Amino acid sequence: MAADPPRFDLSAPVEALHSNERVKYDSRQLRGTLTASLDDAATGAVDETDALLTKFFGIYQQDDRDLREERRRARLEPRYQFMVRVRLPGGMCRPEQWLALDALAREYADGTLRLTTRQTFQFHGIRKRNVRSLIQGLRDAGLDTIAACGDDNRNVVCAANPLLSGAHADVGALAQRIGAHLLPRTGAYREVFLEEPPTEPLPEPEEPLYGATYLPRKFKIALAVPPRNDVDVYAHDLGFVALVEGGDIVGYNVLAGGGMGMTHNKPETFPRLADPVGVCRPDDVIAVAEHAMCIQRDFGDRRDRAHARFKYTIEDRGVAWFRAELERRLGRALAEPRTVRFDTSADARGWTQGPDGRWHYTLFVENGRVTDRPDARLQSGLRAIAAVHRGVFALTTNQNVIIAGIAARERSGMAALLQQHGLLNTERPSALHQGALACVSLPTCGLAMAESERYLPSLLDKLQLLLAECGLTDEPISVRMSGCPNGCSRPYLAEIALVGKAPGKYNLYLGASRSGERLNALYRETLGEAQILESLRPLLERFSAERNAGESFGDFVVRARIHHAAT
Amino acid sequence: MTLTAEPAPARDSVEEPTAAKIAVLPAQADPWHSAPFARSVADEVRALVARLAPAQRLWLSGYLAGGLTAAAETPVPVVAPDTAPVTILFGSQSGNSQILARRLSQQFAGRQTAHRVLDMLDCRKADLEQARELVVIVSTHGDGDPPERAAPFFELLFGRKAPQLTRSRFAVMALGDTSYEHYCAAGRRVDARLEELGARRAMPRIDCDVDFEAAAAGWIDSIVLAFAGNAATMVHPLAEPVSAPIARVWTRKNPFAAEILANQPLTARGSTKDVRHVELSLDGADLSYQPGDALGVAPRNAEAQVEALVAQLEFAADTPVQAGERELPLGTALCEHFEIGTLTAAFVRRYAQAAHSPQLRQLADNATALQRYLYGRDLRDLVAEHPPRGLDARTFAALLPPLAPRLYSIASSPRATPDEVHLTIGVVAHESRGRVRRGVVSGRVAMLDADATLPVYLHRNDGFRLPADPAAAIIMIGAGTGVAPYRGFLADREASGAPGRNWLVFGDRSFELDFLYQAEWLAWRRRGLLTRLDVAFSRDQAEKIYVQHRLREHGADVWRWLQEGAHLYLCGDATQMAPDVEGALLDLAREHGDLDAEAAREYLLELQRQRRYQKDVY
Repeated sequence: MAADPPRFDLSAPVEALHSNERVKYDSRQLRGTLTASLDDAATGAVDETDALLTKFFGIYQQDDRDLREERRRARLEPRYQFMVRVRLPGGMCRPEQWLALDALAREYADGTLRLTTRQTFQFHGIRKRNVRSLIQGLRDAGLDTIAACGDDNRNVVCAANPLLSGAHADVGALAQRIGAHLLPRTGAYREVFLEEPPTEPLPEPEEPLYGATYLPRKFKIALAVPPRNDVDVYAHDLGFVALVEGGDIVGYNVLAGGGMGMTHNKPETFPRLADPVGVCRPDDVIAVAEHAMCIQRDFGDRRDRAHARFKYTIEDRGVAWFRAELERRLGRALAEPRTVRFDTSADARGWTQGPDGRWHYTLFVENGRVTDRPDARLQSGLRAIAAVHRGVFALTTNQNVIIAGIAARERSGMAALLQQHGLLNTERPSALHQGALACVSLPTCGLAMAESERYLPSLLDKLQLLLAECGLTDEPISVRMSGCPNGCSRPYLAEIALVGKAPGKYNLYLGASRSGERLNALYRETLGEAQILESLRPLLERFSAERNAGESFGDFVVRARIHHAAT
Repeated sequence: MTLTAEPAPARDSVEEPTAAKIAVLPAQADPWHSAPFARSVADEVRALVARLAPAQRLWLSGYLAGGLTAAAETPVPVVAPDTAPVTILFGSQSGNSQILARRLSQQFAGRQTAHRVLDMLDCRKADLEQARELVVIVSTHGDGDPPERAAPFFELLFGRKAPQLTRSRFAVMALGDTSYEHYCAAGRRVDARLEELGARRAMPRIDCDVDFEAAAAGWIDSIVLAFAGNAATMVHPLAEPVSAPIARVWTRKNPFAAEILANQPLTARGSTKDVRHVELSLDGADLSYQPGDALGVAPRNAEAQVEALVAQLEFAADTPVQAGERELPLGTALCEHFEIGTLTAAFVRRYAQAAHSPQLRQLADNATALQRYLYGRDLRDLVAEHPPRGLDARTFAALLPPLAPRLYSIASSPRATPDEVHLTIGVVAHESRGRVRRGVVSGRVAMLDADATLPVYLHRNDGFRLPADPAAAIIMIGAGTGVAPYRGFLADREASGAPGRNWLVFGDRSFELDFLYQAEWLAWRRRGLLTRLDVAFSRDQAEKIYVQHRLREHGADVWRWLQEGAHLYLCGDATQMAPDVEGALLDLAREHGDLDAEAAREYLLELQRQRRYQKDVY
């Protein structure tokens, strides 16, 4: 057991910590000079420190990177714009909310909606002067953006969809309650964005759980219902896996310390799978979530943000330490973790029927981008559906949306609408396309090193040809692309992953399990498109020839020790 | 020879419309407040000057002016008591009248003729009465209007308080533009009015079109002959009156070929406008300028345009025609001398008459139809639709208006970028009737690369200057390319370390696409040089918001700055922006200064007289 790791945590004075801690500390619970920044009409940006604070409200300052150089030469500032991410409890959205979001996107954002890998919506391209209007529009639809980004507990994701079974409904409800319980309480959101007068007097303390400095970094919670690991529960800081017996949830496997991000060429950073900790009772889930988050709050590294995620806290101190601390705070012991079985981390496809006879249609949304294309008019199609749908929309963590709760007699009408808008395509796109994930990346993400959303589809087309040549046309190999190693598209859990390194260049990872229970590993670095295809061809040919029955490509890569053969 | 020390005329016998009425004007509105003197020195100087007679002041000014040059000899001029000095009274809009006044002054000085140069803005009733020998140079602007600065003088001259001028002699030079209906109207009216008031006309009035250089030179000579003889004389030669050096040799006819160092779009992709930042090298020009000056670009019509026009006209391109005082082949004349772009009502009427076109004449008689006809058409369209029947090339050319120079306010300071001059040029290019119509200069600039040259000359503008006192605050109001001189102002103040506060109010159409020099203003704001930056983008929201809205919003602050001695500047479009901004200024003066309408107008006028409210509107 290592010696007690150094404490760069809440017990240290603020000056000794990362400068972001100082910003949070001085910000009067995230108020900063946000109002003045938003009112400054001479620039489309907010003040530098305020840009850190807006993240806590799901608002992310970006600029159009395609225009950077030409605007600089024109003596103009960058074309600043904001990404706004919604907090969507349980990943569910009522039809009238869908329509409101669609209208807000068209009025204040770039016109499209983006379904994320964490079961919520993102707006892109919002101008500073419209941020408040957008937020207030969301309020009018019963939604907010609190803690959608920032050093706090993010959107709590749950197995899609809550209408699928009793267990799914329980898990959905629990996700919402956890989210509400761990929600930051600062009045800053109301004062600055909703422009409501401050509560007098302010509650003291204003943030009982978060304090003045919130968490060291983001905290992500997921709830899964086996056998479908659509939420990639092992990729989260804290996971709860429902243990279902006879349709009822008898307990939850608590998982801790998962996380995707890493930095190229920094071996002290790495993706990590969550460890099983123990089993808790359903009644204890909220308390366990709170204590886990507070343990991270107290012990997470606040000096080096690249070492601040919960996974490093667990890695450094050990799961046993965490379990002991958790049980101490909870006031009771957890039972031993149980084995669980997951089949896949992909979404169900097409029509499924729930136990109450209602139907659910999983609509594939390429890269989560809800827009109209000549062949597939997703945006107007979903608008038309929202106008008549009497159920809900359940977002998935694979960037798709489930039109959930369609009464049997409405099914054909719904199918007709889907057909009309070119959305009922069972043959195309291929399984490969349907299972793929890409993060947003360029032109908006400030961290992007290479293209992702704008590029993956064309690469998949080429990969699909390769598959066809190898006789693997419908093989649902999971492919994920991210524009940088932060891994917002959970690339380290894909059978084939492309992680951006430089414009047009990617690191190739292979060999994760299809069920999200094993990470992949780096195969080759800094590859251009031709080299990517060149590298995969022989492997796919071998897979086709040598696979065991029902063996996935990821499992094959591991069994055949492909990485070891790599030069 | 002794100086007769006459007591200064009692001030209260003379109409002083300003000081007494504006009781609310604090002492700080006094021009001496911002004068670059220590308090004690200022008081002494004021006290001394107050004791001098006008003739003595005139001598003193000459003495001081002479002392500023390298001339060792300090002249001792004498004023014969019964002859009056010549008053050169000018009313200038863009600076041309002032330039001519200065030239005339140099001529008088060369002949040792006592004289004074007086801006109409500064002309009071007493000045007019005492101007026995009066030479007037006044331009007409807009459609028959006097220059803005001359408005109070015109009110005086044409009002009931106008003095009888029976003991005076006068001559008027009127500047104008034949493309306008009321050509030289301001000058004509002054000429007629002076006669009405009893003054004796020494010479017939002369009217000059935009191409006034040649005519002006001849007239100046005549004036000097007519007035120098009778006027007071100096004993010793006065040193050349000093002003900041004018471009020594570069003129419209003899421009400097300035190499283009940069030609960069300032408007973003997708803008409705195309505005360029153009940097020119002044290396080898020996041309010094000040922020506030403009650069004239010698215009030249595009070859392709001229060729097409000549082909349409069916005249031979080498036919000799009269172009000003020269004879040139038609093709060359159309390139260099004549306006072949926008049509004006005046020209169309002339042409309709000469071309014997009853159809066109009928159109020309109907004002509304004529306006509609003019829109989007140029000379080529006109001659295509109504060929010049029965006209030869010479007669045709004689109808054409002259090609006016294009002036651009300078957007740099020599202190910050020596040997360079920067311009902010809005490219005029729009499609009409299947053809793209381009600005004569801006259209050319849009297509030039670095290394090409632009023929330029300096157009001084003493009416638009930074305050002499570097600690004085400035409020700069501009829209579109009107922001150009402010870039020069700030660059200058930064280079010279001027501590005065700076406030920019800028307007344009779109924040994203048209915020000219945005990154520079923000950098200056970050560095503390730009104290305040307020913006208005008319097309960014449902309702149109302009600079005047911002002035109203911040009226209390604007008033406070003015009370603290700030200088105010307005640059940009004359037709819409200037009147609206003036309206806002008057309103804020009324509201925050607690003035009635009349007093507010007087307040602004007084600011102008103190050179604390300067305009460069076009």
